[in-house]
Amino acid sequence: MSKRGSILYLDGITVSFDGFKALNSLSLIVGQGEMRAIIGPNGAGKTTMMDVITGKTRPDEGEALFDGNVDLLTRDEATIARLGIGRKFQRPSVFESHTVWDNIELALEGNRGVVDSLFHRLSPAEMARIEEVLETVGLTAQARRLAAHLSHGQKQWLEIGMLLAQEPKLLLVDEPVAGMTDDETAATARLLKRIAREKAVVVVEHDMSFVRELGVRVTVLHEGAVLAEGSLDAVSADPRVIEVYLGR
Amino acid sequence: MRRATFIAACIIAAMAILVPVLNLWVPADSALHIPDHLVPLLGKYLCFAILALALDLAWGYCGILSLGHGAFFALGGYAMGMYLMRQIGSRGVYANPILPDFMVFLNWKDLPWYWYGFDMFWFAAIMVMLVPGLLAFVFGWFAFRSRVTGVYLSIITQALTYALLLAFFRNDMGFGGNNGLTDFKDILGFNIQSQGTRAALFAATALTLAAFLLMLQWIVASRLGKVMVAVRDAESRTRFIGYRVEHVKLFAFTLSAVMAGVAGALYVPQVGIINPGEFSPANSIEIVIWSAVGGRGTLVGPIIGALTVNAGKSYFTAAFPDAWLLVLGALFVCVTLFLPRGIVGTLSEWWEKRPQRTAAQAPVASMEAAQ
Repeated sequence: MSKRGSILYLDGITVSFDGFKALNSLSLIVGQGEMRAIIGPNGAGKTTMMDVITGKTRPDEGEALFDGNVDLLTRDEATIARLGIGRKFQRPSVFESHTVWDNIELALEGNRGVVDSLFHRLSPAEMARIEEVLETVGLTAQARRLAAHLSHGQKQWLEIGMLLAQEPKLLLVDEPVAGMTDDETAATARLLKRIAREKAVVVVEHDMSFVRELGVRVTVLHEGAVLAEGSLDAVSADPRVIEVYLGR
Repeated sequence: MRRATFIAACIIAAMAILVPVLNLWVPADSALHIPDHLVPLLGKYLCFAILALALDLAWGYCGILSLGHGAFFALGGYAMGMYLMRQIGSRGVYANPILPDFMVFLNWKDLPWYWYGFDMFWFAAIMVMLVPGLLAFVFGWFAFRSRVTGVYLSIITQALTYALLLAFFRNDMGFGGNNGLTDFKDILGFNIQSQGTRAALFAATALTLAAFLLMLQWIVASRLGKVMVAVRDAESRTRFIGYRVEHVKLFAFTLSAVMAGVAGALYVPQVGIINPGEFSPANSIEIVIWSAVGGRGTLVGPIIGALTVNAGKSYFTAAFPDAWLLVLGALFVCVTLFLPRGIVGTLSEWWEKRPQRTAAQAPVASMEAAQ
């Protein structure tokens, strides 16, 4: 696959912190509408990669393109978010003193300017969209509750709902099932698979059974570079992957 | 919350009428009469309430803990003071029609360029808002763009007001140095000492407070208000859903500074003096205490906080002059420990819990009914 037809194209991305290479010439291509799981041991560079894509960290070298032609490395977080890249953090990050409804409303696709926000009135179409998103993430009954009062799993879903409301083309999801019960994990897998029908999704995850449930192409990161890529069965049979995970 | 704000705005607007009436037209031997010395004192409290409300927009709603809001208050006060100085004209001790007394005393021959225009009220009124607003905008532009947050931002705002304190103490700044600006004669042609003018100034202050309260209610209820709270609670989340956090903060901080400037401008004619002491860092910290005591993140809270703490201050500094700072410190410690959301925050929390309890019982009841 080339730049054309890719939603995310990373080539030779290198990030070093005080000489330590968090990413070492990382290259990764995710196709339009593709869902990809990224696994790797601690310190493999998964979160740093997300930081580079979303504009939080600037790499020392390399190329990062969105949608085949948009350079991500010259833009800041807010601009990248508006281009259509949504990011879910590892720990649930929602607006605790707002209701579930308001959380989704704030994330809703639309003008983000100060003046527009001041005079904005919620249109019926937007309300319908908020209800639809709440339905998708299963929080309709919680709409009027404060986000602070949600359970850990519900907060994770709310955050995924906020991503959906942004109408992104690409979702970056960092460890969505960490700390979830088995039932919640299964529900999250179903949710992500449903979302992946319409959007490209990149999921970083430690939980192997969850990755198996997703049933998608897997990229293994190790020491800031791609170690292996393929189906979960193929990569788990790869001796280098086994060594990284079990060896030493 | 919204209803409480409207009720408070109505009460404050009613005071704008009631206090002047009770002072000017109710006979002095009546129990309802408000004595003359109380009117400017109450007016001063309301100026502090505006100031606390202004800080609350930045701190309570947007999470910007400014420890330098006294600077914007003082700048607004100086702008008004400059107008009042130029109104004195040839009635000053040295009878110079153009130069204020302190400039004659310093042997200055010409009015400094930055005093031009202050003989006109409309110009001074614009400067009251423009100078604090511009300073806050430029300061905020650099601070928020460089993502200076939390305690670091608080420290540099404190440094800002301290730097201005030192600058305004210098005689060659041209603002009267240590003594500041005082001996005002009249405002808009009315004698500043007369009881009628004082009652009018009180009414203007109360109406300004009520108007600001309604304006902020509108802002915090808008989507922008929700974005401010979002910035306060989870700044990076807000950024990653595409809001320019620095723009939101800049709006809140600048508007807050403008409001503080207006409070200062209303304060100066009522107390009759503005001097560099108003820039003192301790003043700015007191504003934070008012807001915290009343309840930050609520609109009515800071007003109640400013009024109660200052009424307490007036009482204690008269009755037990040495104890005031201890009382203030103890108050801050107690509020932080026992009422972290302040008076109004705690009350509204208690109020909100009541309907929730009944709502929690409702589904059980309906399920039982279904069975």
